[in-house]
Amino acid sequence: MTGIHGGSLRRMGAMIERYVYLLKGSWPRIIELAYWPTMQIILWGFLSEYLVRHSSYLAQASGVLLAAALLWDVMFRGQLGVSVVFFEELYSRNLGHLFASPLRAHELAGALFIISLLRTLIGSGMAALFAYWFYHFPIWQMGFVLVALFMNLIVMGWAIGLVVAGLVLRYGLGAENLAWAAIFAIAPLSGIYYPISVLPHPLQVVAQALPASYAFEAMRGLLFHHVVMVRPLWEAAALNALYLALGIAVFLRTFRDARVHGRLLNLGE
Amino acid sequence: MSEVPAISVTDLGKRYGTVTAVASLSFDLESGRVLGLLGGNGAGKTTTLAMLMGLLLPTTGSIRVLGEDLLRHRYRVLPRINFSSPYVDLPHRLTVHQNLRVYAGLYGVRKAASRIRELAHDLDLEGLLDRPYGRLSAGQKTRASFAKALINRPQLLLLDEPTASLDPDTADRLRTYLRDYQQASGAGVVLASHNMLEVERLCDEVIMLRHGRIFDRGAPVDLVGKYGRDTLEEVFLDMARGRSQL
Repeated sequence: MTGIHGGSLRRMGAMIERYVYLLKGSWPRIIELAYWPTMQIILWGFLSEYLVRHSSYLAQASGVLLAAALLWDVMFRGQLGVSVVFFEELYSRNLGHLFASPLRAHELAGALFIISLLRTLIGSGMAALFAYWFYHFPIWQMGFVLVALFMNLIVMGWAIGLVVAGLVLRYGLGAENLAWAAIFAIAPLSGIYYPISVLPHPLQVVAQALPASYAFEAMRGLLFHHVVMVRPLWEAAALNALYLALGIAVFLRTFRDARVHGRLLNLGE
Repeated sequence: MSEVPAISVTDLGKRYGTVTAVASLSFDLESGRVLGLLGGNGAGKTTTLAMLMGLLLPTTGSIRVLGEDLLRHRYRVLPRINFSSPYVDLPHRLTVHQNLRVYAGLYGVRKAASRIRELAHDLDLEGLLDRPYGRLSAGQKTRASFAKALINRPQLLLLDEPTASLDPDTADRLRTYLRDYQQASGAGVVLASHNMLEVERLCDEVIMLRHGRIFDRGAPVDLVGKYGRDTLEEVFLDMARGRSQL
């Protein structure tokens, strides 16, 4: 991979402009960004209110379910922000034009990360405001830990998103449902709403390989015990560095395979 | 006119498993000249164009474009070339203007706004700039795609069926514009087309492809004379139906 230089930034900027045009041109898309996270928060908010009255465990940290739902959504939106936005190029049969231009595959990946960040901030930001207005849960009071959790979870989402994009580049749009299915396959192992110690031992081993399980452990440490658990945050970051590198490698490899098999011109609806 | 060939292809081949799409293709294209690729469906025209753009990696052979080894230094070449094809679209939900702005950014076009205005004027797109690309007619899409192909003033232009969905009047204007651009800029042009009149009018040389191999090559007028026919279309039909006798 070549380094980032002026030309790279300009091309990434052009791709970000392309995705911002897409977003601005469709108000249902903007509403949709906030709709699902907000619906999640409504559901978990009422459940939290009920459980807090009936559970001494949850009464210690009334916002823990809301925080978990919001942060899980960061990973989910982060992943969709990469994979589904990439699918737009396939839907519009635009890949041939893009890669006959000087745009590099890693520059496209960089643009997808930035647009994913923007989409996630819009969607999860609205849901966070909703959680504050209706359930009096100010998630931003988690301070810099929130930033660390957000970055860890969105980067894990990006890594998964790139692998999904690569698989669709390899197998065509028939594989696009992976975008929705992939992340839910790891949800039970991520310790979102419960510690991973409740999992059977073999699954605990798998869970320990997931950055999300460390992030949610740190979240519970802060909300239940008011302790900033730095170590799991660093462990999550280290695993994320590994998975993001793997995600980029898979994407670049499938891109090269697409050039071998002629898929850049043929993929589309 | 540059002395470096716009394209120099040696022994180019592409196989998909046991299927040979293109084999033993060698040719040069001087800058400032127009090369036509003729052949029936599946003859290897689009495969050849895709390899010339670096979208498809060849199985054998070498490609030099504008003096650079395309397989090694693709990204030195790509800012100086462009293409248009009816088989590849622009994003449907973006307007024509937005699409051209994005591609101007990707190609590093300076003074993009003025270049877009210029192309919109020349290609009669001024009234369409704010319309989503997906809502254009087939002919309007072709013109918008052509504007994208010229956004970076390419030194090599690769065109796959450039006038396929245009009415005769618009197609004629586009050919005139293409000829003017090519003569003014000294760009090399590769044109894959089924429109024999277009090929006769625009191309300095034609390569006739059959089953992925070069069947014959030469100036259109020479090919017509060589096969004792009146038009290039008759020569094409002879080739396609295996009737050629030399």
